[in-house]
Amino acid sequence: MASTATRVLAPVGAAGKLFAFGLDVGRALFKRPFQLREFLQQAWFIASVTIIPTALVAIPFGAVIALQVGGLIKQFGAQSFTGSASVLAVVQQAGPIATALLIAGAGGSAIAADLGARKIREELDAMMVLGIDPIQRLVVPRVLACMLVAFFLNGMVTVVGVAGGYVFNVVLQDGTPGAYLASFTALAQLPDLWVGLLKALVFGFIAAIVASYKGMNAGGGPKGVGDAVNESVVITFLMLFVVNFVMSTIYLQVIPPKTG
Amino acid sequence: MGVEIKVNDLTKSFGKQLIWGDVSLTIPAGEICVMLGPSGTGKSVFLKTLIGLLKPDKGSIIIEGTDIASCSEKELYEIRKLFGVLFQDGAMFGSMNLYDNVAFPLREHTKKSESEVRDIVMEKMDLVGLLGAEDKLPGEISGGMRKRAGLARALVLDPEIVLFDEPDSGLDPVRTSFLNQLIIDLNAQIDATFLIVTHDVNTARTVPDNIGLLYHKHLAMFGPREMLLSSEEPVVRQFLNAQRVGPIGMSEEKDADELAAEEGQELPPLPPIPFQQEPSNGVPRRSQREPGAWCRDNGVTPPPGSFEENMSMTIGS
Repeated sequence: MASTATRVLAPVGAAGKLFAFGLDVGRALFKRPFQLREFLQQAWFIASVTIIPTALVAIPFGAVIALQVGGLIKQFGAQSFTGSASVLAVVQQAGPIATALLIAGAGGSAIAADLGARKIREELDAMMVLGIDPIQRLVVPRVLACMLVAFFLNGMVTVVGVAGGYVFNVVLQDGTPGAYLASFTALAQLPDLWVGLLKALVFGFIAAIVASYKGMNAGGGPKGVGDAVNESVVITFLMLFVVNFVMSTIYLQVIPPKTG
Repeated sequence: MGVEIKVNDLTKSFGKQLIWGDVSLTIPAGEICVMLGPSGTGKSVFLKTLIGLLKPDKGSIIIEGTDIASCSEKELYEIRKLFGVLFQDGAMFGSMNLYDNVAFPLREHTKKSESEVRDIVMEKMDLVGLLGAEDKLPGEISGGMRKRAGLARALVLDPEIVLFDEPDSGLDPVRTSFLNQLIIDLNAQIDATFLIVTHDVNTARTVPDNIGLLYHKHLAMFGPREMLLSSEEPVVRQFLNAQRVGPIGMSEEKDADELAAEEGQELPPLPPIPFQQEPSNGVPRRSQREPGAWCRDNGVTPPPGSFEENMSMTIGS
């Protein structure tokens, strides 16, 4: 009986450990000395593996939204709001989601693979034995780098997405450039931008925490590292979509939508 | 001058599987000890427990008055500065070259200037015979070099306790004996407490002052080298002489049938006890004992031929 109970409760334990790890990282965030070098290196690395894929994802993302929303809005006879609607969709949802996918898929998997390889080569043990906390030395710079890059990527996705939407709306759907631009601020408002950026920060944080946790707890040789990378990407995706839903819901409740 | 490690009633299991239980021993300050055991008896786990990388289920490990098993994370990081650990594959940081690897603890823990760091690093690199290889990355050198580089890094903070996790695994016999000589010379030089985890019988017979044997989830015996080498205890005897006859089987301990079949089988006589390896400069180490001293003090007659010049070193016949 006891074994059944432990099996049922195992996921709770795993979630708890992940959460505890997150708290450890949160505490180590404020410990000196800050690893500036590692942070810059990681930020550069994560940016270099994510920028181009993100831009390439953002263009069709913006285009699809423009096409879909444009088509719908036409049926309602409110073409003049096309620009506003696609800006709203890109800034609030598409931006953070595309950022999350790329940060988890490209940045997170790289982090999990790196830390996992260090774990099985006993580098992390060696580091602890040398009296250095790997959370402070390795994980904190990665988490901060991920957050920073996610923040900027989100901005880039927004710009590229809106530009893509513009091109598709104006060129393919015969919208007028003036109407598209003029309606930007009809429905969208400043808090939309803030919540988009906040989401990006939170997503970057979660992706880096999960990837680091999985990497640092990899075990059982090279296969363990592969498993850790795989699990970290899947778990991150699941968590990011749930968190996105929760944050969107709260946001829509707290901030009243702008009435055109 | 070395620090004593006192282990009391230590027990460790992973889930329901007991690794070893009730291990009690005192590793004397400044001496060289070897922890032996068949593969898979948790020797490396024991080592990792000693440095606090794994928490034991029960028991205590006292080093300078601090119990590693129950102290806070902060105290643990402090006490670890006493340790130098050589991991199985050297555990070098793959992204740094050897120089940066060895300099790493100095840069993290001391406020030494780069030129002082350089002096210390070069001294240690010289000690392990790696001068000229500073710019190599760990991926570009052989396993033996990685091990020596790992040793240089372990020594760079002048540790009081040095732990070796299978220093001889994956090395050829010549390199192994060079490494053993290096271990002896180091002990003579820095007087730290050494613990070597290995299953190489040759190392165990000639290098240490004390030997411990982990077997069947407990510590079978721990004591001075001559005590174990002259012991008639079946497990100790079988392992230290690399024989097939005895309680240790291929996978685990043998079952009753196999043991019964062996009953009455004539055991080969104990091989003679070899001389302990001496420091290369000929000056005895502080903890070194006279050959045969333990046997004499305890009224044990060593196997014939012990402590004689030019004696045969072959074992396992």
